[in-house]
Amino acid sequence: MIIKQLSVFLEDRSGRLTDLTQILAEHEINITALSLAETADYGIVRMVVGKPGCAEEFLREAGFSVRLTDVVCVNMPDRPGALHEVLKILADNNINVDYMYAFSNKDVALGVIRAADIDQVIEVLQKNEMQLLRQSDIYQL
Amino acid sequence: MIWSPEIECADRQKLHELQSKRLREMVRRLYENVPAYRKKLQEKGIEPGDIKSVDQLKDLPFTTKADLRDNYPFGLFTLSQTDVVRIHASSGTTGKPTVVGYTQRDLDIWTEVVARSLTMAGINKDDTIQVAYGYGPFTGGLGLHYGAEKTGATVIPISTGNTRKQLQFMTDFNATVIACTPSYAAHLGESILKEGISPKDIKLRIGVFGAEPWTNEMRSQIENLLNIKAYDIYGLSEIIGPGVSMECECQDGNHIFEDHFIPEIIDPETLEVLPYGELGELVFTTVTKEAMPLLRYRTRDLTRLFVDKCDCGRTLVRMGKCLGRSDDMLIIRGVNVFPSQVESVLLEMEEASPHYQLIINREDNLDTMEIRVEINERFWSDSIRELEGIRRRIDHNIKSLLGIGAAIKLVEPHSIERSEGKARRVVDNRRM
Repeated sequence: MIIKQLSVFLEDRSGRLTDLTQILAEHEINITALSLAETADYGIVRMVVGKPGCAEEFLREAGFSVRLTDVVCVNMPDRPGALHEVLKILADNNINVDYMYAFSNKDVALGVIRAADIDQVIEVLQKNEMQLLRQSDIYQL
Repeated sequence: MIWSPEIECADRQKLHELQSKRLREMVRRLYENVPAYRKKLQEKGIEPGDIKSVDQLKDLPFTTKADLRDNYPFGLFTLSQTDVVRIHASSGTTGKPTVVGYTQRDLDIWTEVVARSLTMAGINKDDTIQVAYGYGPFTGGLGLHYGAEKTGATVIPISTGNTRKQLQFMTDFNATVIACTPSYAAHLGESILKEGISPKDIKLRIGVFGAEPWTNEMRSQIENLLNIKAYDIYGLSEIIGPGVSMECECQDGNHIFEDHFIPEIIDPETLEVLPYGELGELVFTTVTKEAMPLLRYRTRDLTRLFVDKCDCGRTLVRMGKCLGRSDDMLIIRGVNVFPSQVESVLLEMEEASPHYQLIINREDNLDTMEIRVEINERFWSDSIRELEGIRRRIDHNIKSLLGIGAAIKLVEPHSIERSEGKARRVVDNRRM
């Protein structure tokens, strides 16, 4: 149930994000979800992609500082309160979310969650019958 | 006025005799009391009795900053800590500072040379001197302070920073002299304009500036902004602090107080002594220092010496402006910074990488330093909180070692340009 998220450290200079998307485009790697966290000097791009292992290799070869981070992808119904239910389960189990990002499309809403103990996140969400994506599910999205 | 005309205008033959006598005594003291120097002298086959004249200076061993580091903290002292009455410290090339000790007599001599210097700039007991050099281990503040008191002038020991308070003291206490780094003087001048202070409320007439190199363009700018005459004072803590040499009203180089500090210019490659007028590295021998006399200390400052008589009447040798360094030391806001210090901080932190670049700029006449540090491929985390934690720890460690702050910027691995595998460590955009 662990999803390998691609994390890339980017300096704050123009064109750097384009360099990154170009590599992914050239190798036909699809981006399912992306978030960009930035400070004044640098940013971290976090992406859920198809073939994360290959993507990591391609980016590293191109000189990017890249790593794979374990995250959980929760599949939620696209309705008010759905995200709250997920986060409440985590809060009730004293799990601190490091960061998360989400998007919704038609009937599906997807939340990407990162916490220190990712196995515990999986355990409590499954116990509460939340639907988690597998790495192989990413291709079909 | 000339503070000590018997020395400052001395016959050069008499000065030569005085220097020779003092050098003989100094070599004997070093040989007898400092094992590191005894070893250096023995390696050259020199016994104390061999040295008869200052002309033999060229045969004596050099001292470098590395010698000070190797003998940290008190290895080069000629006497015990009991006889040392003060310790100052400045930047070393790595984590350890450069330490200097003073006996009471050393402090008296320092006071004397600063009094000579201030008098050379036309300062007298009617003046009020605002000392805006840092007070503390840095020699600028306390060095200027006692010499200024010796002249009988009124001293405002305000130290560095807090520009608004500087301007308030300057106007309310009728300061006639400002002593600080030239870049801070320019900053003060611009602040007077910004604060809307009327020029008639500023009584300044003289500026005594040092601790960093400055150009004649900067001199004109400062003189216009503050409506003063600006003089250069030169010194380094290893020799004594400010007051090693000073500009007179002719402003054709700084007179070196040769009765205490004997200068030479050497070729930094061959280490051969160069004749007067030639550009090379400035070397000093501190013949009267008691606590920590240094033989042929290599300052790394590149300049020239002139011996022709000055129109001011002084016969003391003059040194030209420092035209650069024979090492990689930077002077940032008057503070000496070695790139190797930054490297030593980074090497001690496993979460950082030792790949860095210093970028120096001057904004509103104040130096700024940015340190770009490549993130460590193995240790970086994709959490902003952790990355910011790394950045803050680097910031804190750099600041506590250098004594001045820098903007730390985390950059991608391999993003700092390397030529022939060696990174370009310093980008200095200031125009000196």
